[in-house]
Amino acid sequence: MVTTNEKSAVKTRFWNDEKTRGIIYQVVTAMLVAFIGYYLIANVQDNMAKQSIASGFGFLEKEAAFEIGEKSIEYSAADSYGRALVVGVINTLKVSLIGMVLTTMLGTIVGVCTLSSNWLLSRIGTIYVEIFQNIPVLLQLFFFYALFYEAFPGPRQALNPVSGVFISNRGIDFAVPAQHFAWSYVVTAFLAACVIAFFIARWAKKRQERTGWQFPSFWVGLGLLAGLPLLTWVVCGAPTELDIPALKGFNFQGGQNISPEFSALLIGLVLYTASFIAQIVRAGIQSISHGQTEAAMSIGLKTKHVLSLVIFPQALRVIIPPLTSQLLNLTKNSSLAVAIGYPDFVQVAGTTINQTGQAVEGVALMMLVYLTLSLLTSVFMNWYNKKIAIIER
Amino acid sequence: MSTNSEVADIKPPAINVGVLGWVRSHLFNGALNSIATIVVLLVAMKFIPQFVQWAFIDSVWFTSGQECHEAAGACWSVVTQNIRFNVFGYYPYEHQWRPLVAMIILVLMLIYSRDWKKWNRRLGYLWLVALFVMGLLMKGGLFGLISVETTKWSGLPLTLLLSFFGILASYPLGVALALGRQSTMPVIKAFSVVYIELIRGVPLITMLFMSSVMFPLFLPEGVTIDKVLRAQVAIIIFTAAYVAEVVRGGLQAMDQGQYEAAESLGLNYFQKMRLIILPQALKIVIPPTVGVLISAFKDTSLVVIIALYDILNTTKSILNVPEWTGFSTEAYIFVASIYFVFCFSMSQYSRYVESELEYKAEEK
Repeated sequence: MVTTNEKSAVKTRFWNDEKTRGIIYQVVTAMLVAFIGYYLIANVQDNMAKQSIASGFGFLEKEAAFEIGEKSIEYSAADSYGRALVVGVINTLKVSLIGMVLTTMLGTIVGVCTLSSNWLLSRIGTIYVEIFQNIPVLLQLFFFYALFYEAFPGPRQALNPVSGVFISNRGIDFAVPAQHFAWSYVVTAFLAACVIAFFIARWAKKRQERTGWQFPSFWVGLGLLAGLPLLTWVVCGAPTELDIPALKGFNFQGGQNISPEFSALLIGLVLYTASFIAQIVRAGIQSISHGQTEAAMSIGLKTKHVLSLVIFPQALRVIIPPLTSQLLNLTKNSSLAVAIGYPDFVQVAGTTINQTGQAVEGVALMMLVYLTLSLLTSVFMNWYNKKIAIIER
Repeated sequence: MSTNSEVADIKPPAINVGVLGWVRSHLFNGALNSIATIVVLLVAMKFIPQFVQWAFIDSVWFTSGQECHEAAGACWSVVTQNIRFNVFGYYPYEHQWRPLVAMIILVLMLIYSRDWKKWNRRLGYLWLVALFVMGLLMKGGLFGLISVETTKWSGLPLTLLLSFFGILASYPLGVALALGRQSTMPVIKAFSVVYIELIRGVPLITMLFMSSVMFPLFLPEGVTIDKVLRAQVAIIIFTAAYVAEVVRGGLQAMDQGQYEAAESLGLNYFQKMRLIILPQALKIVIPPTVGVLISAFKDTSLVVIIALYDILNTTKSILNVPEWTGFSTEAYIFVASIYFVFCFSMSQYSRYVESELEYKAEEK
């Protein structure tokens, strides 16, 4: 008896062995997935052959034969599908990037408002968050789009809140500086000022760490950012001529136009995402215990330094990870543009699928583009998060 | 002595208590806050009367579209005159009481089972019965109820159907994926990670596109699957990835001692998970899970894009009728308030659960 017991204790049946079982489970799963994949692909090839749909990405070279309403690069119906898709990607990037910046700003303001000691402001902040968070973003897009078409008058009776800005159901038209060689120099000067300000701030910080001497790098930087472009502008002859939109026929000519589709998409996305960011910002600030504020005050810091040196750096660490996922959501939600007719990537890809019938390649491209965007955003945000993380000493 | 009584008689300054005191400490504490209050009040004084005038005083409620175009204020008639199409869509007119009863059963069941202390076997059977009754009411074909095709299902019942079953089916799938991601078996872990990250990286709309244009290619010739079902599957696949991430958070928050204790009792993997780990892990993630479910509910509105008639799309088709064009604001406000009621009650529920859980944690 004893010997048999010992034997069975040493030698377990192979299906009772954890390792062997694990391998069996994994092999079975892998085979199952492979089988399903094979079955689906075989079906696709079969169906495509029967419906005589071409496969592969050869269609990217073919002529698209459809127009795109908004484009940042040269494009016409005679160009290829590939170029049309690039136009779509640029439109997606445009609305996402602008939206990210605006929504972060609005969300932070609303989040701070909900924490305000002013009863009215905190109420308004809370109501804002509750309303915009609990209504589908698509519905909000429809709402703002309809608002543009129904509430705003036609171009002839366009609203004119500030001189040079016209709001009508054709979008927002505003004056831009007329073409002049000075403007490109001004932009260059501004970029140069940014770089210089960045290095001054770095130098000032290093010096303060080394010696304790402070340097008003903020005001100097601000002065540079404003002064350098201004100086360039004056030197180049101070052109003041504006390209003001003017009513010609049924629409505005000249100036810069923001289409109703773009405006509605941007407004909807920004307002919706800001309601989530507001909550994140509020939770981030609340996560810093009051003792931190008191400690900072007790070592004699001014209120602005309490905020900028003690509270914000700590709150940011709590805020950044969920903020990243909200900004990613904004990018992904920008695909809803297809519902209100803004030519973003999904819309262009959808049209392409309809015309060529190559659904598999089209959907694969959609997934690829959004996965890349998601990956890029999270890589950037992870880098930033690591940069501001606590350095343990 | 007289001084003493005088001291006792002095009341706190009127400016620090009562309404005045409240106003001072909540609205006018400091220069910046006072300016903010005044600006907010000025803006409110300009816009609130305008809004009230538009929405209530000049508005019309039960007229035809023709009279609406002449009215100065809001045209709520676009809601009241089309309410049945808006809510039930293309469901046969004389049978619309059936989805109504089904929806009422669903809401009552949800309210009844809101407390997780009531979650037991009996409630499970009750849900099965309720689901059967609801399915019967919607589909018909038995007990003298006329059969109604799923293509006719639309409006609010469709929205609720897509979100309810989307949530119900994605939950176990999400838990399985979360366990897979925590698994020590590399192949299973890899599949789970790829699935979760792939789905979370793309917008729902690509999944819906897949279900509507790509999925038919996947099927052998002659086999077709109902459009509603395809959208439902897309929503389930999509939501499961998000549920998985939430559940993973719960699994990671569990104390390692719990795993070790379960193993030392001699429980195998499934017993360990079913009896020890999951009941605790799933409970602590109820609040974020409800968050995922709220977004799943809102996301069902995206089926508009693949031309299913949920409540948002029935609204849009009402607005396409020439008689009612131009009243989008009113119609959308109505639909928005329906979504708001559902989402807001869910988020209040998650807050209630959160406070209950915190209370429990403190008691320990």
